[in-house]
Amino acid sequence: MTLRKIAVPVIAMVVFLALWELLVWVNGWPNYIMAAPSDLPAAYSRYWELFLVMGWQTLWRTVVGLLIAVAFGIFVGMVMGFSRTMRDALYPLLVGFNAIPKATVVPIVALLFVGAHDFNTILIAFMISFFPIAVSVSIGLSTLEPEYRDILRSLGASQATVFWKIALPKTLPEFFGALKVAVTLAFIGTNLMEIVSPHGRGLGALFDSGKTNSDYPLMFAVLIALAFMGIVLYYVVVALEKIFAGWAERQPT
Amino acid sequence: MTKPLIHITDVHHAYATDAGPLPVLDGLNVSVPEGGFVAVVGPSGCGKSTLTRLIAGLMKPDRGEVWLHGERVQSPRSTVGMAFQNPVLLEWRTILKNVMLPLEIVPTKMSKTEQEQRALHLLDLVGLKGFEDKRPSELSGGMRQRASLCRSLIHKPEVLILDEPFGALDAFTREDLWQTMHSLKAEEPFTGVLITHDLRESIFLADQVVVLSGRPAKTQYVMNIPRNGPPELDDLYTPEAADRLNILRHQIEIAQGRAPSEEVGA
Repeated sequence: MTLRKIAVPVIAMVVFLALWELLVWVNGWPNYIMAAPSDLPAAYSRYWELFLVMGWQTLWRTVVGLLIAVAFGIFVGMVMGFSRTMRDALYPLLVGFNAIPKATVVPIVALLFVGAHDFNTILIAFMISFFPIAVSVSIGLSTLEPEYRDILRSLGASQATVFWKIALPKTLPEFFGALKVAVTLAFIGTNLMEIVSPHGRGLGALFDSGKTNSDYPLMFAVLIALAFMGIVLYYVVVALEKIFAGWAERQPT
Repeated sequence: MTKPLIHITDVHHAYATDAGPLPVLDGLNVSVPEGGFVAVVGPSGCGKSTLTRLIAGLMKPDRGEVWLHGERVQSPRSTVGMAFQNPVLLEWRTILKNVMLPLEIVPTKMSKTEQEQRALHLLDLVGLKGFEDKRPSELSGGMRQRASLCRSLIHKPEVLILDEPFGALDAFTREDLWQTMHSLKAEEPFTGVLITHDLRESIFLADQVVVLSGRPAKTQYVMNIPRNGPPELDDLYTPEAADRLNILRHQIEIAQGRAPSEEVGA
């Protein structure tokens, strides 16, 4: 069972890399059109230290942005979930804000707080990723069946008790669903800022320097490194979900 | 004449809607003596669930009074237990922890072990021995409803409010649970109010059946069911039972406006 769980994704990745290699080889593309997987080890070994340093910069800023998005998203979701008026007031604002392509916000933020690399990057990672969390929490809370509330309220429990004992745990599966989306979004946010802002840091800046130096294998190597980090963080969320909301998973019968 | 434990006098209530106030209760009178079991039947949407929320103190009537044990109900009180059609068990807790939930809210003198003993005893009574560590999702609908009944009784409430608890179950499971209710009542004295759509259920479980008129509801008809000892399912198939069911069915037809009556202008 566990062998299958590991073997299947690994085989899928190998097949993917083989097809990629084949595609480049069949078309005879030079690496400035498309680098092949076989070009990547050289890029990694040459810039190994940069990958570590910049990968870490990207990672921690993404995670911090994500954590702020979680806190803010839960707060906004709670406000909208418990108050109809606040829901009516905030929903159009949030939807409008979310509809703005963040690529257009990035240069504005970069100019607004010029030089504050960490702050800028975290801000964009946060802005791009809190929306699904806020929406999922608010929907989870507002769709709580009244009987759940009544069970505790009829015993004299306060709203806060109902929230901690029932509403919050019941919303966890939706919350983790949203968090999986938010993780990848936060990476996009971080990298947008790293690429756009001058003298940036992180893997985005490494990507940008690959571009300016026409080092095409390096650009592809960055993409793969980003994908790898995305996968790792995603599975961290999956592991947390198993711990805190594992009850929601039905055993196949 | 024993003093009624639940006393509802001339209750009126209306919900505010976009189209103006929607009256649901209009002169409701219900009185249940201590240890009594009243079934409330009536057409769909006649305000039966509103009645349960009033008794539980989850809302206040526009007019009229609700009294529990000589005290006027103004807000929720811990001496009430509730069970609904939806068992509303918490999926992230085991059955045992679900049953013990009310004890986390209601102040209790029982120690942790006593609480657990009591929960296990109740689970045993309803036939869920050995299921205490299962999750709700591992149980059938009938078993979940049994667990929900245990939860509503764990804190020894004076009043048990049952809002169509067996409505979503199949006929055989339902009859099983009717018998479970009688064995629970024999061990755990409580005063019961049962909301139901099932007339057979009402005469099997209750010692008084109250028929509500259509919306806005008032007390239309009251039938007393004499009891000597817990009934058998066979008792539902006697001529006596058939007569009672016929009378109740006729009263429901009047309430729905399908049969003329001198009391209710159709």
